[in-house]
Amino acid sequence: MGARLGLIAAIIVAGALLLPLSAVAWRAEGWGGLDPSDWGALWFTLWQAALSAGISVLLAVPIARALARRRFIGRSMVIVLLGAPFILPVIVAVLGLIAVFGRSGIVNTALGWIGVETVSIYGWQGVILAHVFFNMPLATRLILQGWLSIPGERLRLAASLDFTATDTFRRLEWPMLRAVVPGIFLVIFLISTTSFAVALALGGGPRATTVELAIYQAFRFDFDLSRAALLGAVQLVIGGTAALVSLRLTLPSGFGAGLDRAIPRWDSRGLGLRAQDIAVIALACMFLLVPMILVLGEGVLNLTGLSAGVWAAALRSLIVALVAAASTLTLAFFMSKAIVDLPRGGWIEVVGSLSIAASPLVLGTGLYILLLPWINPVSLALPVTTFVNTIFALPFALRALIPAMRDLRDDYGRLSESLGIAGLTWVRLVAIPRLRRPGGFAAGLTAALAAGDLGVIALFASPDQATLPLVLYQLMGAYRMDDAKAAALLLVLLSLGLFWLFERGGRRA
Amino acid sequence: MKLTTTIAAGLSLLTAAATAEPLTIYAPDYFASEWGPGPAIKQAFETKCGCEIEYVTGDLLPRLRLEGDATRADVVIGLNTDDAERARQTGLFAPHNVMIDGLTMPVDWTDDTFLPFNWGHTAFVYDATKMDAPASFQALLDAPDTLRIAIQDPRTSVSGLALALWIHKVFGDDAEAAWAKLAPKIVTVTKGWSEAYGMFTEGEVDMVLSYTTSPAYHIIAEGDETKKAAIFPEGHYVMVETAAQLAMTDQPDLAQAFMDFILTEDFQSIIPEGNWSLPAKLDPAKMPAGFANLPLPDVALIYDSAEAEALRDIVVAEFEAGLGR
Repeated sequence: MGARLGLIAAIIVAGALLLPLSAVAWRAEGWGGLDPSDWGALWFTLWQAALSAGISVLLAVPIARALARRRFIGRSMVIVLLGAPFILPVIVAVLGLIAVFGRSGIVNTALGWIGVETVSIYGWQGVILAHVFFNMPLATRLILQGWLSIPGERLRLAASLDFTATDTFRRLEWPMLRAVVPGIFLVIFLISTTSFAVALALGGGPRATTVELAIYQAFRFDFDLSRAALLGAVQLVIGGTAALVSLRLTLPSGFGAGLDRAIPRWDSRGLGLRAQDIAVIALACMFLLVPMILVLGEGVLNLTGLSAGVWAAALRSLIVALVAAASTLTLAFFMSKAIVDLPRGGWIEVVGSLSIAASPLVLGTGLYILLLPWINPVSLALPVTTFVNTIFALPFALRALIPAMRDLRDDYGRLSESLGIAGLTWVRLVAIPRLRRPGGFAAGLTAALAAGDLGVIALFASPDQATLPLVLYQLMGAYRMDDAKAAALLLVLLSLGLFWLFERGGRRA
Repeated sequence: MKLTTTIAAGLSLLTAAATAEPLTIYAPDYFASEWGPGPAIKQAFETKCGCEIEYVTGDLLPRLRLEGDATRADVVIGLNTDDAERARQTGLFAPHNVMIDGLTMPVDWTDDTFLPFNWGHTAFVYDATKMDAPASFQALLDAPDTLRIAIQDPRTSVSGLALALWIHKVFGDDAEAAWAKLAPKIVTVTKGWSEAYGMFTEGEVDMVLSYTTSPAYHIIAEGDETKKAAIFPEGHYVMVETAAQLAMTDQPDLAQAFMDFILTEDFQSIIPEGNWSLPAKLDPAKMPAGFANLPLPDVALIYDSAEAEALRDIVVAEFEAGLGR
């Protein structure tokens, strides 16, 4: 039953991705191919995304491991703050990174003091730095979920066998990583392929043209809908191929069930390892928090001076976030069940991962074309924003839920069946307690993402429907940098607050 | 006779108000936002006509082309001259029917579809406490490569496109070479004006592509006189923003009433501090004090909408080639 609903959900998602694309293609006047410059954009998009995803995951592994091995005051705070960069509006993140790595930023000032030549953030290195800044924390969070899913009993056994940290890594942690990392690499790779404003601002010029920029140009500058649709389709094909490859690389970890107890890590009590973990966590916090503090710190002063319009926009963003969180969680629950239960579930996983590879511009334009004959699209600005965010957050929610759902089947499936537990009773007694933690994480992430999204609202909004991210851009566009920083701070507080609340709800099981 | 027609017009406006169908105006986001000129203009017009204005924001031209005849717009405001030709080609617009005289703009206006409502010179803005302005555009190209500039991408931004047209107008066939000389100084190219200007106010770049009127914001709103626009004797490219009414509008009288309102003082006096740009028709004596001493260039450069459209792909190619793509 649940699996069948999941199949229906997957069909809805596939339709939501393909129909708008077809609508754009259908509205196109005449068909042309891709320009030579589009191939250049494609190549740049692919390699920078692969590098961004690779570096993000490589850095995330030691950080997640350090966070999994250590218990310290403020640990949960650090974990919540790790969610922050991901939901920052692009422009805020860019200004934050510039404050640290820019010409007059902290790093170059320090390099100047010790007489070393300064480094430039502009160029491909800046694009990748920004993508790592956005996505490495996300990777850390997702990998940390994997670490926490290693049953405490296995660690106890490891301890009684006198495992060193290296043994634990080889026998327990590496299989876990093989199970989760390909999927995480995939989502970050895909999210980096749709990057555009970051790539342009830090890429330093037309050499850093991505496919999404080419789509924007085709749409806005040339109004060449056929090219926009074609490029949008190329992005989806890349996404689908990458999803298939990552599925191939994923190996199930198969640890079996445990009693969910937090277990001290006997293998890593050594002083050297402790120092290593502390250093890793401290460095990660510095890399992620300093840019944010530098931009958002000034916002505190202006927070009380924000106009009623800004607060109203914040309320709208809150509502969008809550509805999107509920709908994404519902979709992800049924889809992950179908992925785990159905023989060809892998295809559903591919569909569920595709949406981040979809161009927001093509999706928004396509929806606009589809709605136009029936209703004034502008009156649907907020529902459409909620819908698109539901679809966009789905891959992240699936990454969190699929491993948990798989464990649920492997470890509790036979017991549930022999006891005849099914339907709502199964949901209540088996699924909810076991999925609460990843579910809370998925809902929190969706809410935070939806609150910070700018993608589609800009195409649909009328002034009385502006969300907080849109208002932030309006403030900047009207020279009001100080108010914009306060609005950015409000946005981050809102998103992180939602994230924290949902996660907490998930953990109180 | 005149009185009766006035009354009739007034009555038709009243019935328009009674049916409560608002006048739908498509406008750029910055225009209609709480911090743009839109709300004050809406209020001024609504008290005058007893009607209601509804702004719909977004990217004007793509939206109009998507909607075609099905558009709900009665009036479109905020299309600049570089976009106007493509807008005209949609065939959606009707003549503005407004007598144009006494414009306070440095360009002759003959377009009978697109009515100008504000304008500004494109310019490089800098912080006078940190550097001296280059004396000319050529001097800017010859400046040492340690000078750091942020510009907007001509492919994504109207001001970026204005710069590409500006360079083409000043340097002609040498435009690509001019871009190449500028390239080492261009730290970055942003999607829109906001990102680049943010980098400037945060001190990351020395100069930013903006408008000669940008310093007025800092003078009036912040009491800061250090931000200045570099004035070049070669001349500055002028961006003119226009409004036009739709031929298919279901409220032609109201749309025409709004068009007639645009060049009046009530509308125009909102522009300087609402849009931080120059009004198309306003007695200089009525400009706010912060604008009075603003240095403005002597030479205004502009392509009319047809020329700008013909040059669009050429100047973008110059930008891409000059910046070494």
